[in-house]
Amino acid sequence: MATPLRFAFWTRAAQALLLAVAICLSVGATDASSRFNNLGHRLMCTCGCAQLLGECNHVGCPESGRERSELAAAIASGLTDQQILDSFSAKYGATVLAAPPTKGFDLVAWIAPFAVFAAALLGTILLIRRWGGLGGKPLAAGIEEPAAMDPAERERMERVRRETGSEGGF
Amino acid sequence: MAAFGSLCLLIALALAAYNLLAGAVALRLLVPVRLADFPPAPAPRNLYGSWIGRNFARLRVLIDQICFSLAVAAVRAYNPLASAAARVFDWISVRISPERLADTARRAGIAGFVAVTGAAFALVWSVFTNDFSITYILDHSNRALPIPYKFAALWSGQEGSLLLWAWLLGTYGFVLRLRHKTDVKLYAYAGTILAGVQLFFLSILVFAAPPFSLLPGYVAGGAVPADGNGLNPLLQYPEMVIHPPLLYLGYVGFSVPFAFALGALMMRYPGEKWIRITRTWTLVTWLFLTCGIFLGMHWAYAVLGWGGYWGWDPVENASFMPWLTGTAFLHSVMMQERKGMMKSWNVWLIFSTFLLTLLGTLLTRAGLVSSVHAFAQSSIGTWFIVFMCIVLAVCIFTYILQRRHLKTEHELESLVSRESSFLFNNLVLLTACFVILWGTLFPILSEFVEGSKVTVGAPFYNAVAVPIGLFLLFLTGVGPLLPWRSTSLKAVRRNFVLPSIALWATVIVCFAVGANPWKGGAFSSGVFYALVGFALAAAVLTAIVSEFLRGAAVLMRQTGRNIFAALWLLTRRNTRRYGGYLVHIGVVISVVGLCGAAFNRNIESELGLHSSMSVGPYTLTQVGATQDSNDNFDSEYAVMDVYKGGQKVFQMTPEKRVYHSSGQPQTMVAIHSTPEWDLYVVYEGTNPDTGQPIIKAFLNPLVGWIWIGLVVMVFGTAIALVPSLTPATAALRVPAAQTASVTPALKGGA
Repeated sequence: MATPLRFAFWTRAAQALLLAVAICLSVGATDASSRFNNLGHRLMCTCGCAQLLGECNHVGCPESGRERSELAAAIASGLTDQQILDSFSAKYGATVLAAPPTKGFDLVAWIAPFAVFAAALLGTILLIRRWGGLGGKPLAAGIEEPAAMDPAERERMERVRRETGSEGGF
Repeated sequence: MAAFGSLCLLIALALAAYNLLAGAVALRLLVPVRLADFPPAPAPRNLYGSWIGRNFARLRVLIDQICFSLAVAAVRAYNPLASAAARVFDWISVRISPERLADTARRAGIAGFVAVTGAAFALVWSVFTNDFSITYILDHSNRALPIPYKFAALWSGQEGSLLLWAWLLGTYGFVLRLRHKTDVKLYAYAGTILAGVQLFFLSILVFAAPPFSLLPGYVAGGAVPADGNGLNPLLQYPEMVIHPPLLYLGYVGFSVPFAFALGALMMRYPGEKWIRITRTWTLVTWLFLTCGIFLGMHWAYAVLGWGGYWGWDPVENASFMPWLTGTAFLHSVMMQERKGMMKSWNVWLIFSTFLLTLLGTLLTRAGLVSSVHAFAQSSIGTWFIVFMCIVLAVCIFTYILQRRHLKTEHELESLVSRESSFLFNNLVLLTACFVILWGTLFPILSEFVEGSKVTVGAPFYNAVAVPIGLFLLFLTGVGPLLPWRSTSLKAVRRNFVLPSIALWATVIVCFAVGANPWKGGAFSSGVFYALVGFALAAAVLTAIVSEFLRGAAVLMRQTGRNIFAALWLLTRRNTRRYGGYLVHIGVVISVVGLCGAAFNRNIESELGLHSSMSVGPYTLTQVGATQDSNDNFDSEYAVMDVYKGGQKVFQMTPEKRVYHSSGQPQTMVAIHSTPEWDLYVVYEGTNPDTGQPIIKAFLNPLVGWIWIGLVVMVFGTAIALVPSLTPATAALRVPAAQTASVTPALKGGA
């Protein structure tokens, strides 16, 4: 009985950890200066310098000062983060957002990395099972053995190994 | 000089073409291609006897059959051409032996290097002699440019960069061809493939982006502009003299293992042969690329004046992607060397790395995506796309024909083993590479699908790539703790005790000193990731140091040496392993430095004379603002006294320059670096109303650790490059009185 109990304990522990992380990540910044800093790093400067609004500091930038003022005003007016991002996007175009939005086709940008990672993980696990059968698990009855290397090919490779010592040669 | 340079390029092009053609003919005569050499692969086994297994096996059969049919069709289409060519080959072989033909091809490659060197020399000479009749020199140099930056002009523009690429490729090829006796046939293949790559770059230089083109309407002896437009001010910084060449040495260097891998696959050579030969090339190339990337980061940090070093710019990403696949390759080749596994994987890793270097150059040069590296864009993208397609087609075709030769020789014995950790390491590195490639190219895809571009910037990469990086850091520590083949869970648990203690101790210490992600009621994901990074770094460092100490303890017992001597001997005995561990330590140190970015602080203020601003423990007081001028630029700077605890500790002079030739402004950041943090001060300009300087000061914790990590990585790689101490060489270093007991260990001893 010890094994199922231990399994249940670890399952619960994993669930609790997951919940804790989810809660942590869902808690947003609250005070105005944190929000300004946070949103400033989610928006781009539109002058073409390819820098985040919160980091654009080049001399004589014609846009960042105005954008920062607009951001501060939007925060002061009580708009939510999403409303502010939407208003900037509507005014300056989608390129003002420093990351793709999570809707429509742009959602693919966020999903694809995790989908690829999951597929690669699955592929790796299958590969490991294929190569070793998890701790030397015997092959099931009726399953073909791995094809052995052709003796002629093996001999050819051995010959190449012998003949290509330090001297080389055709 | 322009005529001489152009002539050199033409000669080099002709020699590369001859090298490719004669090399291919010679190798074709030596190894005739017959369809019978490529029987179809046997049907794969059903792995588990399950429905998934059966269908997976069927799918593999189907894919194999399609691929094989395509390859056979290609060979059959090739055969009529080949039979016609065979008559030509016969005619040639009557007059010259294939071996001699191959040797003439090799000599043509060496002569090609001399010709490209001549072209590079001509361009540098033209810069130094201010030959403004050449458009490139006019656009990228001026008379007042300091001497080191005259060299930098070689790679500051499109044409010069391509010439640098061709010259470096020629240099690599030159070394390769001189060392051909190591394995004449494999080197002949590799040299011929390199000649194909060289032919491409020289063709661009001759037909699409000639570096010696003269001013429109210029005739010999005619009037030329009195001065040039000068070098881009962003590039007038010491790192720019060494960062691009190092990065290019890394980019170009991956051509060599690529050429060996493709050549070995064409020859159906045993994998361990080409891997052993290319190991040094790959490590040195990886080292150059690493140094190039880090120097680029330092340049961005010191020149761009935004307080950061990595902006996930497409061109930065382009240099990082081959680094990731190259790192994966360096790890997975160990599987092939030791176990004969992952042969196809390794071949494709190095193919991908080479293709990614081309993609990087395409992104840098063709302006496919928006980038701050906008100083070298042009329309040669089509050339690169076509060449990449050709390279990919050759790789696929060769792979399909020779894939049976890449059969795995051993099987994995346990999920909990070093082999598995390498697989997961590759999985994570390649996922990271995909994420970066995806993020870099997504704006193009989005524009194609939706008709409007989106920006994929730091928030995307921080959300997606940073967790992957932390997982990779975790594997960096886990890998060395797992033995080859298999181990028991009990042994694994025992190895994990100390790292786990280090991990949790670090978490507690971080919370104790105030690194709390939930500080002030708001959650900071940056601080959270930094906390995870610090904890993992401590665990990984403990794991690696434990490995060193464990091995040293054994040697201390066996030899009676002290701990330092034992550590030195341990490293000498297995330089690959312990050099690799040192590289891991360097990575850990750099990660600690990167984590410090979560705690950056900054303040901006307009400072009148004797007024002050504070950031962290420092108080900056403006004690003077002055101006200076020389032939190259005018500058204005502020003199700042820096106080800490009421004591004046040092002085800083942030500066702003305006270059005469281009009229462009440029900030010169003042940085005071300590292991704890960097005080980073930017002179942003003057307030037009008050005439007073505007100063921005950053306090960036732990930045110095990033560069220290690089030094450790370089040291570790250098150790890994040194051959391990063998019993034979060890015996030669034993004092005379002791040699009697070790003589039998000498090569050829009794």
